[in-house]
Parts: sequence; C-alpha cells; structure tokens
Amino acid sequence: MAQINTTNNPDTPLEYQSETGRLNIFGFWIFLGAEVALFATLFAAYFALKDGTAGGPLPIDVFDLNNTIIMTLILLISSFTSGLAIHEMRRNNVKSMIVWLVITLIFGLAFLYMEIEEFIHLVNEGANLGTNAYWSSFYLLTGTHGLHVTFGICWIVLIITQVLRRGLTPETAKKVFVSSLYWHFLDFVWIFVFTGVYLLGMVG
Amino acid sequence: MMDSRKSNPFPWMQVVGFLLSVALTFMAVWIGMRAGLPYNTIIILVFVLAFIQAAIQLFMFMHITEGAHGIWQIGKMLSAAFIAIVIVAGSVWVLNSMH
Repeated sequence: MAQINTTNNPDTPLEYQSETGRLNIFGFWIFLGAEVALFATLFAAYFALKDGTAGGPLPIDVFDLNNTIIMTLILLISSFTSGLAIHEMRRNNVKSMIVWLVITLIFGLAFLYMEIEEFIHLVNEGANLGTNAYWSSFYLLTGTHGLHVTFGICWIVLIITQVLRRGLTPETAKKVFVSSLYWHFLDFVWIFVFTGVYLLGMVG
Repeated sequence: MMDSRKSNPFPWMQVVGFLLSVALTFMAVWIGMRAGLPYNTIIILVFVLAFIQAAIQLFMFMHITEGAHGIWQIGKMLSAAFIAIVIVAGSVWVLNSMH
C-alpha cells in the first residue's frame, strides 16, 4: 500500500514523499482542529466571565499596551522565522534551516519571559488566579497558551537534535514540518488572545 | 502533484504574509485605541481583522492547501472555525442574554 502511493517526483518536498509522512501531516491538521475546540471553550469561559471583576483590579488599569504589542510582534516574528526554516528545508539548506529554527526558539523564549514577567506584575497588582472569575479565566486562557509555547520549545529542541544526528530525511523533514505547523498555530491562537483579551480589555 | 518552490529562492509568501500581519495588528490597535468608534463597532472590526490574520497564517505560513489532503485540511479548519464560533458566541449569548 505504501509503495503504490509513493511518488518519486524529485520536486515533491521530502516531508510529503512517504505515505506515512502525508498521513501524519494530515493527521496533525485533525489534531489542530481539536486544539481549536479546546481554546474555543477557554475563550467562551473568558468572554462569559468578562464582567466578573469584583474585588480585583480592572484589566483596563493593569494591561500595558506597549508590552502587549511587543509580545505580539515577538510571537509573530517567531512564526515568520519558522516559515523561513521550512522554506530553507525545501531548498535542502539544512544549515540555514537550523539557524532559522534556533532564531524561532530564541523569540519563543523571549515571548515566554515577557509573559512570565507580565504575570508577576499582575500578581503584584493584586490580580492572581483566585482573585475573581475574570482573572481565573484570564490565567486559564493565557496560561494554556503559554504552556503550549513551552511544550513547542521543548519539542523543537528535540527535533533539531534529531536532524543534527540523522540528517534531513523524509522522516525528519516530516517532523520539522509538523512542528512548524504547531508553532504557527501558537501564533494563530495568540491573534485571538491579543484581540479578544488584551485589546478589547484595554478598550473598556 | 506538488508545486515545487525550489525554483523560487526568495520566500515571498512568508515575507508578504509577515508584513500583512504586522499591518493588520497595528490597524487593530488603531481601531481599538485611537479611532474613537462605538464599542460594538470596535468588537466587530477587530475580530474581522483577527480572522483575516488567522487566514494569513493558514494559507501563507502553514501551506494549508498543500498535499494530497489539501481540500480536507481546509474543510477541517472550516469545521473547527464553525465549532469555535458556536462555542464562544453561543456561550456568551446564553449566559448574558438568557434570564
């Protein structure tokens, strides 16, 4: 079965050359669909509890516009460099691919650092996980996203290690591609966190 | 089956997608903070911009149309978007407007 559908067209990107690779990539899209549903429930809780701010600071008083824009741009740049890594992978430039992946990781770490700093700032302002319904749902949503970023960083570190050991094969290329889909998806979710939570939170 | 990008050494798709995303982000900030529009108009406009930017991620960065299953990948994300909108808008509607 695997042999029948294997294309030998040299123009086919490495990650799509085996039937396993094609199915793994498609399967990952199904997983991303489930992740959308997961984040949708957290957004639903957040928006439903938006006015439950009794006994704590208001988001409009503690959110910082510049800080939020910088975090958004950092994650957007990391999504962009992750795309450049795939572009280089398809041109068989393994070294450039790894350089872009490492840059992606550096921006990912910078984003996490800023998010943790922001959480510390918010807790000092009197907004912690147990303050009220609003801040509980805020930390649940942004924390789940931050946890995904943390997981993504660890995953990509392991994949870079594997590419360094085994070289770029249809198998490792597929793993790099799937992890890049995951990384883009983190920015995909952040677009809505930025818009729904921070921007609208600062509007009022 | 697959269109090759080996012939194109410059990543146009990624660069254009990135610049559009930056522009959309700042447009959303401007609408939210500076334009002085009514709150409901702001909500609609910034979410329209967010969905456009999300589509840029899917089509220009994530190559959603690629592969033998491209059409199914698009179908999966469309159904996911439908589920997300029902869960979010439905929950907010039920919890805020139903007494």
